[in-house]
Amino acid sequence: MAALAPLVEDRTQLRERGQAPGGGKSRLGILVLPALLMFLAFAFIPLIGVLLLSLTDWDGIGAIQFVGAQSWRQVLTDPGTWHAVWLTFAVMIITWLVQTPISLLLGTFVAGQQRYRAFLAVLFFLPLLMSSAAIAIAFKSLLDPNFGLGAGLHLPFLAQDWLGDPTLAFITVIFVIAWQFIPFHTLIYQGGVRQIPEQMYEAAQIDGAGRVRQFFFITVPQLKYTIITSSTLMLVGSLVYFDLIWVLTQGGPGNATRILALDMYIRGFQANQMGAASVIGVILVVVGLALTLVIQRLAGRDLAASQMEGM
Amino acid sequence: MTSAITSRRRFLGLAAGSALGAFGLSACGTSGPAQPGGAASGSAPAGGAAGTATMWSLTGQPNEGIRQDSVDAFNKLGKGTIKVTFFQNDPYKAKIRTAVGAGQAPTLIFGWGGGILKSYADAGQVDDLTSWLGENPDFKGKFIPSVWKAATIDGKVYAVPIQNTQPIVLYYNKTLFDKAGAQPPATWDDAMNLVNVFNGQGVAPFSLGGQSKWTSMMWLEYLFDRIGGPEVFDAIYANKPDSWSNPAVISSCQKVQELVNANGFIKGFSSIAADTQADQALLYTGKAAMMLHGAWAYGNMKATQPKFVASGLAYGNFPTVPGGKGDPKNTVGNPANYFSISSKATDEEKTVAKAYFTDGMFTDTELDAYIKSGQVPVVKAAQPKLASSPDAAFQQFVFNMTSQAPSFQQSWDQALSPAQAETLLNNIDQLFLLKITPEQFATAMNATIGN
Repeated sequence: MAALAPLVEDRTQLRERGQAPGGGKSRLGILVLPALLMFLAFAFIPLIGVLLLSLTDWDGIGAIQFVGAQSWRQVLTDPGTWHAVWLTFAVMIITWLVQTPISLLLGTFVAGQQRYRAFLAVLFFLPLLMSSAAIAIAFKSLLDPNFGLGAGLHLPFLAQDWLGDPTLAFITVIFVIAWQFIPFHTLIYQGGVRQIPEQMYEAAQIDGAGRVRQFFFITVPQLKYTIITSSTLMLVGSLVYFDLIWVLTQGGPGNATRILALDMYIRGFQANQMGAASVIGVILVVVGLALTLVIQRLAGRDLAASQMEGM
Repeated sequence: MTSAITSRRRFLGLAAGSALGAFGLSACGTSGPAQPGGAASGSAPAGGAAGTATMWSLTGQPNEGIRQDSVDAFNKLGKGTIKVTFFQNDPYKAKIRTAVGAGQAPTLIFGWGGGILKSYADAGQVDDLTSWLGENPDFKGKFIPSVWKAATIDGKVYAVPIQNTQPIVLYYNKTLFDKAGAQPPATWDDAMNLVNVFNGQGVAPFSLGGQSKWTSMMWLEYLFDRIGGPEVFDAIYANKPDSWSNPAVISSCQKVQELVNANGFIKGFSSIAADTQADQALLYTGKAAMMLHGAWAYGNMKATQPKFVASGLAYGNFPTVPGGKGDPKNTVGNPANYFSISSKATDEEKTVAKAYFTDGMFTDTELDAYIKSGQVPVVKAAQPKLASSPDAAFQQFVFNMTSQAPSFQQSWDQALSPAQAETLLNNIDQLFLLKITPEQFATAMNATIGN
């Protein structure tokens, strides 16, 4: 309580100063403070720490030795790193390609007024209630070639070695990611679709546009910013898929699903090479930032432009 | 413009925060031994006992209960008090490393010996117990001699063996062998013949939890020894350049790949995790005829499938390889677990810890508890007690394996440094998937020498 006192005092002083020019600004400054402190403590300072660690050789126990660019050389000349980078982008793009159309269609569907809509929507959103680890454990058991669904129901097609064959394991991981995250993006699209004014559809109907044309010429363009938000979440989020893949495959078989986030964890906490792991950490930050900037640039050129012209 | 900047900043936070989350967590994990000892003993020290020491150990019955009882009994002796805290295996491994690195380890550090112990010793975080053991020859002589090796680094002993010995055993499903009219394999050629026999019967010859990787590693541990003797891995352990290019290494890797090519392992082995015990389930459900696994699997199977263990389970040594140099009695696995004493502990705490070693551990009661639970404690005094145990046959087999082994090679992933172990497990996985040749395996591993 005592710590709050100075803040309260500050505020009263501000109020007493009344409408002095700039007073409004400093009040806003105080509002930003908590977020700024959190950001400094949990994002910025660790980021500096990781940058520094990437220039060291440290096993987590002994003395930290500065070795310059040695960890960077070690990581960047390791073909395993480039394989992980390639896999990360493959996961990113393929999950985006799989999730976006399905979420968009489902979102449009559950935003409507059809019969059974509420019931179906509840079913669609069920995966949202489960944690990644639980989803991964469930799928791991279901897909087990000897004790899983295929073996239990005697369906040879389902008894594939889903997580043991490098190609199949990659596809399976994409599928489970999509299964987990499509409901979330469906929810975002549902909200977006409900924002579209009904008059637009009525006008289109009068002009003779069918369901399909309405979808492509009204719904999709009107959802532009929703698509950008959802895509940014998907693309940047895919950089840090960890728990699901870790429980499903631990990055295996071989290195078939060892994306950068797993590579970082394995290097840092299994091989105890904090320097090398920090290099991967820095790479992830840079890729994430670059990606966000690119999406913002591509989409944000006409941020100020209204989509409701004439409404 | 403002909105663009804020969102960029937000994403900076998002990206940075999530990518670095792991590191942030590791920093938060250092609550240190000051933590009140969760399951700590409720019993007060009797009389004016000197000092209190802390101990971290692992959860999981029966060993958690045995340790708790042993500590409770010691605390009543009046030689000091030990506060024990139990952790789950995997979180413990990360937590203890952080605590030791931060100089906040408990007095008694539970460990596995080998490479991790070496990193503690190199950093001066654990006490050298060599001279203390020299002053207490009776204590040192209590143990089966082969279990000291993994606690010894450059001729100095940094830890004391505890709990039970866990060599790697070849298990069989007796029912399937009877049905096929087959005998357990004595040689590698027998094993390859059995692969055809069992595949012909629609049964997988060997169960394997390949996703865990250390399971596949056990095959190479035995093959290296059977073909080239313990010298092969000793050279690797000593970081001799190109020691992975030894012909015995190449030949072992070829044998493993021949076995994979002959469908020697269960279908889908690379997605089976040993943690779920699905590999053991394959053996007792009759889907696989044989399984190479640690001695601990006996206890696991006994707990879930007592009927199978009583009537359907057989076990034996790993087959010999014709023309191989290794003694067929050599064994591999986990010789024991270990307690080290933190060098950061006070003298008083260290005295209590050592009193626990000599007066608290491996009392008659503790020995009986281990044996009753189907395990084999790492002390010689266990032998006469084994005969009356319900699992006498298996326990005597394990005791003899450990005590008669000319060489007991510690599991490689624990003997090597964590960085080498990680590369090794990754390459073994690829070897079993036929993604790399034995020569590529050797080259990749030679690159880790000296790391």
